[in-house]
Formats: sequence, structure tokens, C-alpha cells
Amino acid sequence: MIGRVVIALLVAFMTLPTVVVVIASFNPTAIMSVPPAGLSLRWYVNALTYPQFRRAAVNSLVATAAAALLALPIGTAAALALERGRLRARNLWTTLLLSPLVVPGVAAGLGFLILAAALGLLRSRTVLVAAHVALVLPFVARSVWVSVRNLDPTLERAAASLGATPWRTFRRVTLPLLRPGLIAGFLFAVVVSANEFVVSLFIVNRVTEVLPVAMFTYVVNYTDPTIAAISSLFIAATVTIVWLTDRFVGLAAVFRLDR
Amino acid sequence: MKLLLLPSLVVIAVFAAALGGLFRYSVLEFVPGSLTPGGFTLANFRAVVSAQYLGYVWDTVVLSAATTVLTLVASYPVAYALARTPSRATRSWLLILTLAPFFTGAIVRTYAWILVLGNAVVTWPIPMLFTERGVLIGLVHFSMPTMILLLAAAISHVDPAYERAAASLGARPGRVFRRVTLPLSLPGIVSGSLIVFAWTLSAFPTPELLGGGRVKMIANGVKDLALDSFNWPGAAAFAILALGLTLGLLSVVGRLAARPAPE
Repeated sequence: MIGRVVIALLVAFMTLPTVVVVIASFNPTAIMSVPPAGLSLRWYVNALTYPQFRRAAVNSLVATAAAALLALPIGTAAALALERGRLRARNLWTTLLLSPLVVPGVAAGLGFLILAAALGLLRSRTVLVAAHVALVLPFVARSVWVSVRNLDPTLERAAASLGATPWRTFRRVTLPLLRPGLIAGFLFAVVVSANEFVVSLFIVNRVTEVLPVAMFTYVVNYTDPTIAAISSLFIAATVTIVWLTDRFVGLAAVFRLDR
Repeated sequence: MKLLLLPSLVVIAVFAAALGGLFRYSVLEFVPGSLTPGGFTLANFRAVVSAQYLGYVWDTVVLSAATTVLTLVASYPVAYALARTPSRATRSWLLILTLAPFFTGAIVRTYAWILVLGNAVVTWPIPMLFTERGVLIGLVHFSMPTMILLLAAAISHVDPAYERAAASLGARPGRVFRRVTLPLSLPGIVSGSLIVFAWTLSAFPTPELLGGGRVKMIANGVKDLALDSFNWPGAAAFAILALGLTLGLLSVVGRLAARPAPE
């Protein structure tokens, strides 16, 4: 009983900020009052009509779509190679592939900034997309790898023995069986890229900045709940995606909690 | 099959090139007013070990240690429930609630804490926003999902039969936990703590926004140098210090994880 109360309190601590943000976003006044003085959508209108947010949203959409669509095939290929390739230095390759996860954001961000300057790409989105691909690749490879490991090779051998060409076997047997991992990997890539902040901060300018950077700038300069509105939209999108991932693959499998 | 690795190696090579640039700039001279660095120098690393920046490092280590301890204590009960609940639905919900903040993004989460900590009614009589206490709360909240996942994975590998055996031999629940569950989940505790500590060492948005310029961790120093003073060489040297601390700690985790678990 005490245990349940403790767990409920801890889960409440974890969800408290989210709840507060959603409440604040519907608050009619600029300074949050408890209980709220009424219901208002003015901060949503503000968030959706603020030109810099609109521009940043388009930039985020472009960068995230490009990063996720590039990382999906690259990560899938890597997962197949690591599980099936009989590589001599498999552990080394895995470590290399996961290495962007352990490099501090400011180090990677400054590194990409220096790279962009060296290549004369400070004004383009190229380095931004390249950085995002590197940052989401570990998540894609990891998710797809779970599916590759669970794939029974006899099914592919059966297809081949019935006369299917290797390409046909891949398309009609392997890919459909990998679908949960592919979907999870793609959703992960979208969520991680759309929320990426530290590295992006270093390599964007006012024209190419992505949504989290625009939100950061807004928080530093203004105190009204416009950010609460846009945060609520972000939270809604994220919860939907996490829920979908759970439906498709089961989060327990992705995080190796399955017994 | 091996060729399939090639595209990802290209990505890793680009990432390595970025880090290579970082290392190169760290030993080049800062020319004030110019983004183009001068010749070879070790002055950047000497500047990094000056009193101001060592102060950032000290604050970072203290905050990270406090964050690790508090995160561990707050995460264990949730992880235990996650690993042991018999109900599929409860497990799913706990997992979604645990992971949702993990995926909400640093800015949204940090802004949320500005609202909570900046609300005088909530925190009275202790001021929280723009203090180390406030930053600490934000960091613990930030680290909990990671810690919970690592602990839950470790606890779910502890066979509940051991706990039942201890209980049937007369051990009370507290004793079962202290003498059986806790020691058997120790690998998860150790790796979870080291990972949280290493990640907190390079925390950026939380101290930047919740610290309001009054609390500076290493990453905030790097950002100030790089984006406000345009001192890329100095920032690179400081970033490499952060990188070294983080990778050093994580390699310890790797070595511990590689050891066979105690029977």
C-alpha cells in the first residue's frame, strides 16, 4: 500500500511539469493563476501565427523528414550487416555506430559548426541534416536490430528453396517481417530529430533554425505562455508517437524489458 | 552483407570529421574578432584550467553527483514496479509515463520546470528558479527515465523465485529487499548511476534555462565561449575536457558491464 503511494507520487513528479504546461497553455492571462481564471486559446493562436515559429516549424519538418528518411535505410542496412554479416570486429562496429550517443551535445555541436565553417556551409542546411542523421542512426539501428534478431532465417531459406530470387526474398519475406522494427526505428528517428536541441543550436542561424532552437530563444526573451501552447502541441504529438510505437512493437521489446 | 555497413560508416566518418575539427581548433590560437584561428598553441588548455573554468567543472561534478544519488533513490521504486507488476496494462502505462518525458524534448521539459519552480505558491518559502536547487530538480527529472529503464532491465533479470525463497524462510519484506533484490540488481545500479553521472556532466539546457545565468555547468561555459565570445578554440578545448570526462566514465561502465555478473 505504502509502496503504491510512493510510486504514484514519483510518477506524479515525473508528469507534473507536463500537466502544468498543458494547464498554462489554456490560461487566459499571461501570468499563470491557480485555479485558472478561465479557458482561452489565445496562446495557441499566438504560437501558430508567430512568424519565427512558422519558419522554424518548416525547417524542423524538412530537417526531420530528411534525417529520418536517410537514417532508416542506412540503419536497417547496418542492423542486417551487424546481425548477419559474420563481421570479425562486430563489437567495434557496434561501438562506432552507437558513438554519437555518448558524445556530449556541445562537443558534437561545436564540431559540426567548425566542420560547416571549413566547408563553407554555414548558411546551408546540409550540415544540420548530416548531424541529425548521425544522432538518430543509433536509435534506428537499435530498433531494427531487435526485429532482425527475432527473424527466423528458415523462413527466408524456405522462400529461396521455392525459387525466389534473393531480391524477391528480401522484398516479400525479410522486409515484411522487419516491419515492426522499421516502424519503431522511423518513429524514434522522428521524435529524436524533432526534439534535438543542443547540436542544432550551434549549427543554425535565424533563417535555418529548427523549432526547439526557436522555442529556446523565445523562452530566454519572453515570459508569456505562448511556449506552453507550442509545448502542449509537442507533447501531444510525442505521446501519440510513443503510444503508436508501443502498439506496433511493444516498448518493452525495444528496451529489452521482455522476460 | 558486409557492404551493407558502408553507408553507416560514411555517416560515422562525417561525425568523426566534426570531432576532428574540434580537436584541431583546440590547439589553434584564438584571434579576437576573427573566426579564423591562428597557429599552434596550448594556451586554450591552460585557460581551461584557470580558476573561472575550474569553478564550472567543480559545480558540474557536485551537481552531477547530487543528481545521480537523488535520481537513483527516486527511480528504484518505479523501476521495481515496472519490472515486477503482473499486469500488462500497468506495465504499459508505467512505461509510457516513464518514457513520455524522455521524448518530450529538453526545451519543453525545462520550460515546464520554469513554470513550476517560478510559481511562488508552489515553492514558497524556498526560492527555486535560478538557483542550484532548481537546476538539481530539473536534472533529476531529466535523468529519471534513463535510470528507470536501466534499473528495470536489471531488476527484471532477478528471478522472483529467490525473493519467494527468502520470504518463505521467514525474511520480512524489508530484509528480502536489502539482502536479495538489492544486491542482485547491483549491476544495474552501478551502470545506471555511472551513465546518469556521465550524461549530467554534459547537461546544457537545464542549467542554461533553470540556472538563469547564475548556475554554470561545463556545457554552458562551452556555449558562452563559442556562441557569445566567438572563441571557438577556447570552447573546443573546454568541450574536449567534457568529452574526456564523459568518455572516461562510460568506458568504466563498459568494463564493468563486460565482467560476468556475480552468481
